[in-house]
Amino acid sequence: MLKIDDLQVTLEDKEILKHIDLEIHPGETHVLFGPNGSGKTSLLMTIMGYPQYKVVAGKIIFKGKDITHMSINERARMGIGMSYQRPPTINGLKTRQMVKLCAEHEVDENDLAKQVNFEQFLDRDVNAGFSGGEIKRSELLQLMAQNPELMLFDEPESGVDMENISLVGKTIASLLQKDRLTVENKTRMQAKLERTKMGLIITHTGYILEYVAADKGQVLYDGILSCTNNPREILDCIEESGYEECVRCILKTN
Amino acid sequence: MYTKDQLREKAKKAKDKKGAIGPDINLDEFDQAPVPHSYLAEEDLCDLPQEEQKQLIMAGLDVTEKERGGTYFQKDTSVIHCHTRQEGIEVTPIKKALEQYDWIKDYYWKLVAVDTDKYTAAAELGLHDGYVIRALPGSKSIYPIQACLYLDKDGLQQNVHNLIIAEEDSELHIITGCATSPHLKRGAHVGISEFFVKKNAKLSFTMIHNWAEEMVVRPRSVAQVEEGGLFINNYICMKPVRSLQMYPTTHLVGRDAVARFYSIIVGSPGSEYDLGGRIFLKHPGNRAEIVARAISNGGKIIARGHLIGEVPEIKAHLECRGLILNGGHIHAIPELEGLVDGVEMSHEAAIGKIAQEEITYLMSRGLTEDEATSTIVRGFLSVDIPGLPPKLKAEIDKAIEESDKDVM
Repeated sequence: MLKIDDLQVTLEDKEILKHIDLEIHPGETHVLFGPNGSGKTSLLMTIMGYPQYKVVAGKIIFKGKDITHMSINERARMGIGMSYQRPPTINGLKTRQMVKLCAEHEVDENDLAKQVNFEQFLDRDVNAGFSGGEIKRSELLQLMAQNPELMLFDEPESGVDMENISLVGKTIASLLQKDRLTVENKTRMQAKLERTKMGLIITHTGYILEYVAADKGQVLYDGILSCTNNPREILDCIEESGYEECVRCILKTN
Repeated sequence: MYTKDQLREKAKKAKDKKGAIGPDINLDEFDQAPVPHSYLAEEDLCDLPQEEQKQLIMAGLDVTEKERGGTYFQKDTSVIHCHTRQEGIEVTPIKKALEQYDWIKDYYWKLVAVDTDKYTAAAELGLHDGYVIRALPGSKSIYPIQACLYLDKDGLQQNVHNLIIAEEDSELHIITGCATSPHLKRGAHVGISEFFVKKNAKLSFTMIHNWAEEMVVRPRSVAQVEEGGLFINNYICMKPVRSLQMYPTTHLVGRDAVARFYSIIVGSPGSEYDLGGRIFLKHPGNRAEIVARAISNGGKIIARGHLIGEVPEIKAHLECRGLILNGGHIHAIPELEGLVDGVEMSHEAAIGKIAQEEITYLMSRGLTEDEATSTIVRGFLSVDIPGLPPKLKAEIDKAIEESDKDVM
């Protein structure tokens, strides 16, 4: 379980997350909505442990352990992984090698790559000249190798063309064990009980909801997590009346 | 062709001539007297002391000769092993070749002028030995030929002259290492190399240097590539050295001849490297590329490159990237010279640092900070060299891997 308690974070001395409470239970996937600059990516980076995001108050508990001041790689080793929106290029490091580095155990990178239609990129340098959609598939490929328990997705559908959006969506569903129902022919209850992976997804468009059944939606507005609700409903509300209106409505009802 | 006496005469006159660039070395401080070592049979190679073998491996010499087409092994001033196992490829000590082969005079001091400077002069006046590697017309080397110039005696100046000849339509791969024994601190290496790549021949020459902290090194080499020929020259130096200066030159003397230089240098504190490559493009269809990767951990690295386009329809590119890790000094001097209309020449040079963003990215995949840094450095140093056999590529990667610990 991921539990965030009254978290306050600054970036370059500027307060960017003011008051965050969040709980993600094993098997749950949450969707994070919010306008640009509201702190969504900052929240993901803070959970991942980027040191420039300074936690000034509050706690992050993961699997019962206080990880608030743990290093990035320790968190990764504990089972937190992230799919970045704009990861850096690493010259001279082949995607093939990167996939191997991500995995704790031996993996067949060709086999994994096939699943995201990425075989022809394995011998290219990591992210070198990749298009938006290729970056997303590369990130998913790395997560597949890493196989973390908590996965943070920063706008996984942005820049992905229509042809690949379902591939990306289905891969995320599979990573989050949301596909067991159809794949292994289990009852809904069984599938839900067996699910352990946790997800936190930032989305603007909500396309991803077509493929991934999210349990909860959250709106991050001005550094504050303003609501928890059915993700569909939140999305509809935002589409109809914009974030500000949506947050106001939620504040009233909460 | 000069006679033996004329060569000596010219050399004598240049005995005190300083090199055009690089710090001047007082060669009188070193001992040039021959150091005898007994010849080793094939099976004896594997019986060399472990720590010596380790040094050799780092310089690309495989004592088991498993994936090698032949071996030349010189310790101090003596040839201790020389043989070839591949038909069509000859490996001969140069002193023996000078005595036995009449054709040698067409190559010896043909490209490098004996009176270039005091170092070329020393190689003529006090020649110890060196190798002649020749691929006969049409022959193809399956495994690379290995050559090793090893320094064991402290304070020695080793004078070597090498000739590499790829006859028409042949394919020759050479991996050559220079190394010093673990106890050696001080010494000098003077190495003359002349490369002849004939019509439609392909030569790859990979040189790995593993020197000691108080070594001074002055190689002098010139190559000539004929019509349709390809010359790939790789250079790797990741160990400390007091002073190393070389500026190998290549002349493309026939249509469609191609030369590619790749160098990987890691500069340690107290070391000074002045390296470069110069390629003359003299015929239409000539291509040249110089790629350098330099990391300074505190050493001084001067990375030169000079491309000269003398005729139209040539293409040349120069690329130098430097990384300063723990202080140090990198000076990139890229030069392009176009002498006529219709040349296409470019260069790019950059000196920088490791991006923190790349380190954290890798850390978020589970690597420690040190692992992430060395992964990025290894990536920086790995250059794709087109036309190199995969085996040799693996060899270069191994050399980088081996020295990796020293980089950090």
